[in-house]
Amino acid sequence: MKKSMFMAALLMSLMFILAACGGGSAEDPTDESTEANTEGSETSSDEEASASGSVSGDGSSTVAPILELINEDFNAENPDVQVSIGVSGTGGGFEKFVAGETDFQNASREIKEEEITALEDAGIEYTEFKVANDGLTVAVNTENDFVDYLTFEELQTIYSGEATTWSDVRADFPDEEITAYAPDQSHGTHDFFKEAVMEDGDITAELNQDTNVISQSVTSDVNSIGFFGYNFYMVNEDNLKGVPVQGPDNDEPVEVTEETVMSYDYPLARPLFVYAKNESLESNESFMQFMEFTIDNASSAAEEAGYVALTEEEMQEQVDKLSEFQ
Amino acid sequence: MELINKEQVSKKLSGRLMVNKVMKFIFLLCTLVGLVVLATLLIDTILDGWRYLTVDFFTNFSSSRPDNAGIRGAIIGTLWLMATTAPIAIILSVGTALYLEEYAPKNKLVDFVKINISNLAGVPSVVFGLLGLTLFVRMAGLGNSVLAAALTMSLMILPVIVVASQEAIRSVPGSIREASIGMGATKWQTITRIILPASIPGIITGIILALSRAIGETAPLVIIGIPTILLFTPTGVLDTFSALPMQIFSWVKLPNPEFQSITAAAILVLLFILFLMNSVAIYIRNKYSKRF
Repeated sequence: MKKSMFMAALLMSLMFILAACGGGSAEDPTDESTEANTEGSETSSDEEASASGSVSGDGSSTVAPILELINEDFNAENPDVQVSIGVSGTGGGFEKFVAGETDFQNASREIKEEEITALEDAGIEYTEFKVANDGLTVAVNTENDFVDYLTFEELQTIYSGEATTWSDVRADFPDEEITAYAPDQSHGTHDFFKEAVMEDGDITAELNQDTNVISQSVTSDVNSIGFFGYNFYMVNEDNLKGVPVQGPDNDEPVEVTEETVMSYDYPLARPLFVYAKNESLESNESFMQFMEFTIDNASSAAEEAGYVALTEEEMQEQVDKLSEFQ
Repeated sequence: MELINKEQVSKKLSGRLMVNKVMKFIFLLCTLVGLVVLATLLIDTILDGWRYLTVDFFTNFSSSRPDNAGIRGAIIGTLWLMATTAPIAIILSVGTALYLEEYAPKNKLVDFVKINISNLAGVPSVVFGLLGLTLFVRMAGLGNSVLAAALTMSLMILPVIVVASQEAIRSVPGSIREASIGMGATKWQTITRIILPASIPGIITGIILALSRAIGETAPLVIIGIPTILLFTPTGVLDTFSALPMQIFSWVKLPNPEFQSITAAAILVLLFILFLMNSVAIYIRNKYSKRF
């Protein structure tokens, strides 16, 4: 009696180990099928050194959708290369890049001074590649009919917390309380806005880690304002009102569109980056292949992910940069 | 003289009955709040996600194209994580519990250790993530592998299992323990033949509940830097992997609204696994609980 119970209990604890074996054997057939795929692609393409290494990256959640699309298409051609990409945010990703844990780093802003120093100290050389353009979009609720455009100064009064009502922003706006939403410090988008608009002053707003929460808050809250990447605006275009922005270099407010972002007339247009570790480019053949594929397909992936493609000129620059490593 | 003042009783009786009724109503409300919230969550998730629970959803890897998105990588990764966490956590915690209850001398130091193990159970999982990042990912050089994550998860659930096991071991009556020793059995013989068989239902229940906590835990994985974009499954404990809660966490942040429904589908899968694990725990508890 005691014995049978003990056995039953043992069986239970073994259950988990068995579950793992189940998982393991479940992937065996797929391993074979991927091998079969490789053979197919080997004959069809001239990649003799069908790489089978591993590539790892981390970084911005803004850039991640582009890289995920690229990775899917890359995987279809090179099923033996194991690419893993984390989404720790631009800042969090750079920490891993500095620690030498990743081959590449996605960033929705330019590398910071202190990150450059940290990389130098760690002896890590890197190359900056642009993969897409994004227009940081300022949006208000669709029922908001008074905001026709905002200048950088006006955005500054809103996001510094100086203005508590819309009438504080501009005299002819109604006397309604403003709720300002912004992505939190883990986002490169936060840093970019802080540098471009706030002149490095702190952003005082309801900060959120999840950009969807920001776009939903602006959708439901009549007197709110928020900002996020162009792709979040594109998928919610019907529920949000994009605000034309006038920067210090603009004569008049500019609406966020594909053209104004590509031409950088839109004052909050910004490039999205992939920072590649030089050493990996030189020594890791799979990574070189992956980066070539990334640059070649960046534009189509950027558009599919809801961003703006690089101009042909910019594209050529990236190709040239990469060819130096070949 | 009457023992009961009937007048007094009848005067206060209606008031007492009233209080009783009011309290009953308040407690019922308390229960309903939890139930209603749970039901709303479940119904909302089911309505949102059930359409996506197709065979493809289980056989496809994650994708940024909603039609192709699936949880194959995540679910196999989670199984790997659990299969590695379980043995580590079980051996460490049951060993600890046996030592503390059976072998350890009764002194202040041991009491101090016991109290601290209970305290560890309340440490936020993020802290364990940070510990895992410095200790296993960086210092031991395990990277963001299954093993590094499993060791972190094991440490996180260790106190829960230790406490549950201690309780179970303590509940074995002293009389049969003494009987065993009186028959000339050694401590180890008593443990394997008497104490463990008697306490194992409680231990297993603790293990399963702890593992169900680990399976849904996201924060430590985020801190360790488990990737969410990957199109392969691990082949060993040193490979990197993705896990269901990580997949949910990353999908929910995507702009495309269709991913909200796909997230709901993934949540349903996770809830189902949790439900299954908890059912097993309850079954074991009920089946073997009335031993002595």
